[in-house]
Amino acid sequence: MNRYFIRRTLLAIPTLLVISVLLFGLLQLAPGGPAALYAGPDAGPEDLERISRLLGTDQPPPIQYIRWLGGVLRGDWGISFRYREPVVSVLAGRLPNTVQLMAAALVIALVLAVPFGVISAVSRWRVIQYLASVAAMLGVSIPTFWLGMMVLLVFSVKLRILPSGGIATIGLEYDPVDRLVHLIGPASVLATMYIAAWSRYVRSSLLEVLHQDYIRLARAKGLSEWAVLTRHALRNALLPLVTLVGLQGGSLVGGAMITEVVFAWPGMGRLLAEALASRDYPVLMAAFMTMAVLTVIGNLLADLAYGWVDPRIRLS
Amino acid sequence: MPPAATGEHAEATIGARRTLSPARRAWRRFRQHHLALASAVILGVLVVASALAPVASKYDPDAASLEILAPPSPEHPLGTDDVGRDLLSRLLHAGRISLSVGFGAAVLTVAVGVLVGAAAGYYGGQVDALLSALVNVMLAIPILPLALVLSSFLQTNLTFVILIIGGLSWPAVARIIRAEFLSLREREFVEAARVVGAGSGRIIFIHILPNTLAPIIVAATLQVASAILLESALSFLGYGVQPPQASWGNMLQDAQRYLRTVPALAIYPGALISLTVISVNFLGDGLREALDPRLQV
Repeated sequence: MNRYFIRRTLLAIPTLLVISVLLFGLLQLAPGGPAALYAGPDAGPEDLERISRLLGTDQPPPIQYIRWLGGVLRGDWGISFRYREPVVSVLAGRLPNTVQLMAAALVIALVLAVPFGVISAVSRWRVIQYLASVAAMLGVSIPTFWLGMMVLLVFSVKLRILPSGGIATIGLEYDPVDRLVHLIGPASVLATMYIAAWSRYVRSSLLEVLHQDYIRLARAKGLSEWAVLTRHALRNALLPLVTLVGLQGGSLVGGAMITEVVFAWPGMGRLLAEALASRDYPVLMAAFMTMAVLTVIGNLLADLAYGWVDPRIRLS
Repeated sequence: MPPAATGEHAEATIGARRTLSPARRAWRRFRQHHLALASAVILGVLVVASALAPVASKYDPDAASLEILAPPSPEHPLGTDDVGRDLLSRLLHAGRISLSVGFGAAVLTVAVGVLVGAAAGYYGGQVDALLSALVNVMLAIPILPLALVLSSFLQTNLTFVILIIGGLSWPAVARIIRAEFLSLREREFVEAARVVGAGSGRIIFIHILPNTLAPIIVAATLQVASAILLESALSFLGYGVQPPQASWGNMLQDAQRYLRTVPALAIYPGALISLTVISVNFLGDGLREALDPRLQV
């Protein structure tokens, strides 16, 4: 059992290495050079040469990559071109905000998706089934950023009950209620897609389980419908959801990124968008790799969780 | 899509049901999915309206005018944007771009996905190990950030947007096709083809591929939806379709600044993206139920 976990964890390392090589190679394609960006428009040729020697960009790309990787492993992720401070401290200010947003969205999505899915599966009323399928389809089809804009339009501009973005009111940075109010909009918007996708999944998974013989047996024993549903059906129907949740790490990262841009949420995603616009390579590289790590961790947790809940998987 | 079944009454008689062709049976099942049927109609309207954009609207979508942020009027049915361009005309022209990117990227995604999936599933062994490793790495990369980085460093014309979206989306399709090929290559008809001397290429494309048509069609439809969503996100962030060429996504980028004053600029493009994507998704749902009843969701 431990060997399975260790093997899966070790497999994540080459994946991350390949991703980092790909991205590093990609950044080499960029026109101009980091030195020119760092130096600014007034720098002469000698300045450029000096700066590129300082940054190490006069070396061939493979050497640069190895230096970068060595630095990353030692905790030295370079200096941000834009903020002129260590990338690590720039990231440290942003990562918790993204994790907070993603965690809040995950909780909202799970808390709502399961009951929605169950209701649409067991309801005898066609109206409810119909509404549930249209609502779920809407949820997966509306672009996250547009939903965010509409939420801002309705709740912030028109009704004035939610703030118009940001993580906290200036001056109230340590007020938990204020932070919570700021979190509601972006977290709900980010959660919407997953509420829809997962409730569809719970519905179909539950419908499948409800046709199994052991459910008929449970009913024949005289158990109440509630007991059949919660103790026998749901327990089996929800197992695959564990994997699904983990596998969507990548899309959650992308979704969080665009949600952050719309809601001016100071997280990793917005940092990446800003780094891209200002060509801040060290921050870009670090933000991207952090997102890749979050995704790979999601996939890994999905694998491990599945092996944990379903012992059959571990044998193969 | 097959033509509507005629003479339903004759088919309803005993015994006739069995003689229906698979295409007709699929059409019958599809017809029962009312939402899918309605979606097909809506999509048709959207495609025709976008295709006819130059005829349907008398305004040049890129021509600025002095009438900025005008409210709806007989001359400008939906008003004008921040540089005085007719909103309706821009929406229609943007539709051509967004739909072309959606369909173009989906075709590319499916083509690459099918080739890779077929090779991995059919040949197995080292070919499969290599291709599957590639697929797994690509699935582990968050797609939106990577697409952003790519399109900010490469050229951003329409072809590149399609290439980037297609080039990043195929692994999901490859995975589905690989699984199909893995099970189909063990079947007797493949054995039979091999016995009569058919080569690998012939077996893959003539014998196995037609049997995977149902999942391919469904995957292709759903890829259109996700390609449209990805294009809109890229363009919204400023790295997709470049202004002045309009796409629904980049119209929303400009609209963000006028959310307080002229919300219509933000409402229409997003509503059209949502309507298109939801229709494509329902169509995919209907096709899945019609073509492959085992795969019901």
